[in-house]
Amino acid sequence: MSHPKLAEEFLKDPERAKWHDETLWIVRKNRDATIQQIPEWEELRELGSQIKDHTLSKLDFYLEELERKATENGIIVHWAENAQEHNEIVGKILEEKHCNAIVKSKSILTEECHLNPYLEAKGIEVVDTDLGERIIQFLKQPPSHIVMPAIHLKKSDISEVFHRELNTEKGNIDPIYLTYAARLHLRDKFLNAKVAITGVNFAVAETGEFVVCTNEGNADMGVHLADTHIACMGIEKVIPKREHLGVFLRLLARSATGQSITNYNSHFRSPAPGKELHLILVDNGRTKQLGREKFRNSLKCIRCGACMNTCPIYRRSGGFSYESTVPGPIGSILSPGIDIKKYSSLPFASTLCGSCTDVCPVKINIHEQLYEWRQEITKAQGASLKGASMKIADTIFKNPLVYKLSGKVMRASLKNLPDKLIYNPLNTWGTQRNLPELPKETFQSWYKKNRG
Amino acid sequence: MSSKNSILTNIRALVMEEKLLPSIPDFEVAPDLEAAFIEGIIGNKGEVVSKSDLLLLIEKSGFKKIYSSSEIFSQYSNCALPQKASEFAELDLAIIEGQFGVAENGAIWMDDTDLGLRAVPFITAHLVIVLKRKNLVGNMHEGYKKVGLAKSGFGIFVAGPSKTADIEQSLVIGAHGAMSLRVVLT
Repeated sequence: MSHPKLAEEFLKDPERAKWHDETLWIVRKNRDATIQQIPEWEELRELGSQIKDHTLSKLDFYLEELERKATENGIIVHWAENAQEHNEIVGKILEEKHCNAIVKSKSILTEECHLNPYLEAKGIEVVDTDLGERIIQFLKQPPSHIVMPAIHLKKSDISEVFHRELNTEKGNIDPIYLTYAARLHLRDKFLNAKVAITGVNFAVAETGEFVVCTNEGNADMGVHLADTHIACMGIEKVIPKREHLGVFLRLLARSATGQSITNYNSHFRSPAPGKELHLILVDNGRTKQLGREKFRNSLKCIRCGACMNTCPIYRRSGGFSYESTVPGPIGSILSPGIDIKKYSSLPFASTLCGSCTDVCPVKINIHEQLYEWRQEITKAQGASLKGASMKIADTIFKNPLVYKLSGKVMRASLKNLPDKLIYNPLNTWGTQRNLPELPKETFQSWYKKNRG
Repeated sequence: MSSKNSILTNIRALVMEEKLLPSIPDFEVAPDLEAAFIEGIIGNKGEVVSKSDLLLLIEKSGFKKIYSSSEIFSQYSNCALPQKASEFAELDLAIIEGQFGVAENGAIWMDDTDLGLRAVPFITAHLVIVLKRKNLVGNMHEGYKKVGLAKSGFGIFVAGPSKTADIEQSLVIGAHGAMSLRVVLT
């Protein structure tokens, strides 16, 4: 389905849509408040952008360095060209460990690879341990936001699902009560899991380590209790040096939620004695995106979600209307690179206001790339229906007499056109728009009378 | 061809001009590091308490299982590090020492040598970190300079207690890990 169709679904509950819009705007405002405390904020964005640009321009070099250093540290490094290969690597490790239940902290990459359904089909229980992710897992929904996966749900929805799944009191919507119920439920899972999977926020080539940031501490609870830790990362997550973490950790949480830093920022460099640590480097379309010069720098993204929180379309259409793992403005420039046909409506789900570009901590020119994707998609789709009307317009504007005449005809017809013709389901233009009120006379006749 | 070779070959086939790697300049830091650090911890929903406050708290709390690797509070420690982390599932309080704190955000650096067992700061119900005042730095850049390229299998910046806002953006302290963080400056 297209973005406008799905957005329409979202907007059927105007009260909830308004709440969604306002909630995300609060997060955007929190971001603004916190960055104002950092006089060098713009300089940090520039540094973040340049470090990422540099890394992408030597990506092969840094990936090899990362592999070499990580291997020296005792990390087992795997490479996967696509989602299937990534899932098979995870599946094989679990098989070797005779493991049929895992805990997993937030990883957008594993969402992208559809790891959960792959493992579940093999009879493995996958428990997402981030609270928001556990909630949507109970509801069999994908995340609607990359940082706040359950942002589309209200307390009452969560209370209902927890009553069903965790036997909490019916109708109790107290967030503290509900969070503690989840804490007890998940603690049991943590204590019994043999293998834990995490994502990766940053991987450092120089030291062969990787960093995972959470507020809940769920990634750490998982990996430190399990015997085996599998970390999955897109190849664009590598950065050259440890000192660069200083730049990115200052940018990430402030951009994401307005916090000065996430409460847990864990640096994994080698496995604890007697344990195993795996790192999977995944391409899955990233080298293709790297080859598209106009869209290359979309790979700089550090997944903070700031572009979603600020986007007037995302806020008013919800994450599900994008139908892609990464929704919002950044998702709309990443997803067409994966499947241009499936995601063809996404670059049009934007006003091109540029707010996404303004807040991006690594200065991705998101709105310009949205515009560029529109050109690519129009080319790929060939002549559209709009082509015919453009030809007519071309004739009208080329010929002054036809232009004058057409003005009169248009005015007459607009006045007399039955509403049904404009606001009918076949005319998509009319579904979200109202015709302007018609002035009493044309500008030309007004000009003749008043200035002529 | 292995997947590694195939990925690297695909990247090398692209003609990309090498972009410059910038160096990170020194930025100005807060004039009063301790005040900024305390503000940072409070912002992250932690607390900075005095040694005597903490002693009072321990005495009143009725905590059954306490582990301290900090000399100052060793008299309250009633258990040793277990072989398996899960044996600490009932730990009420852990007191550990931090290497340094970052004034701009309240983050405290610790590695394997401070933790003993990596699960300690997460599995404990309540966490106390003891930190020397003289070991405060201004910002994250200074922090990473201090870490340098020191080799530890695991290192972490802890900045507050476990928290979540996943239920309708309501902040709740104590999601999976420690339900409180108290910092004692010495």
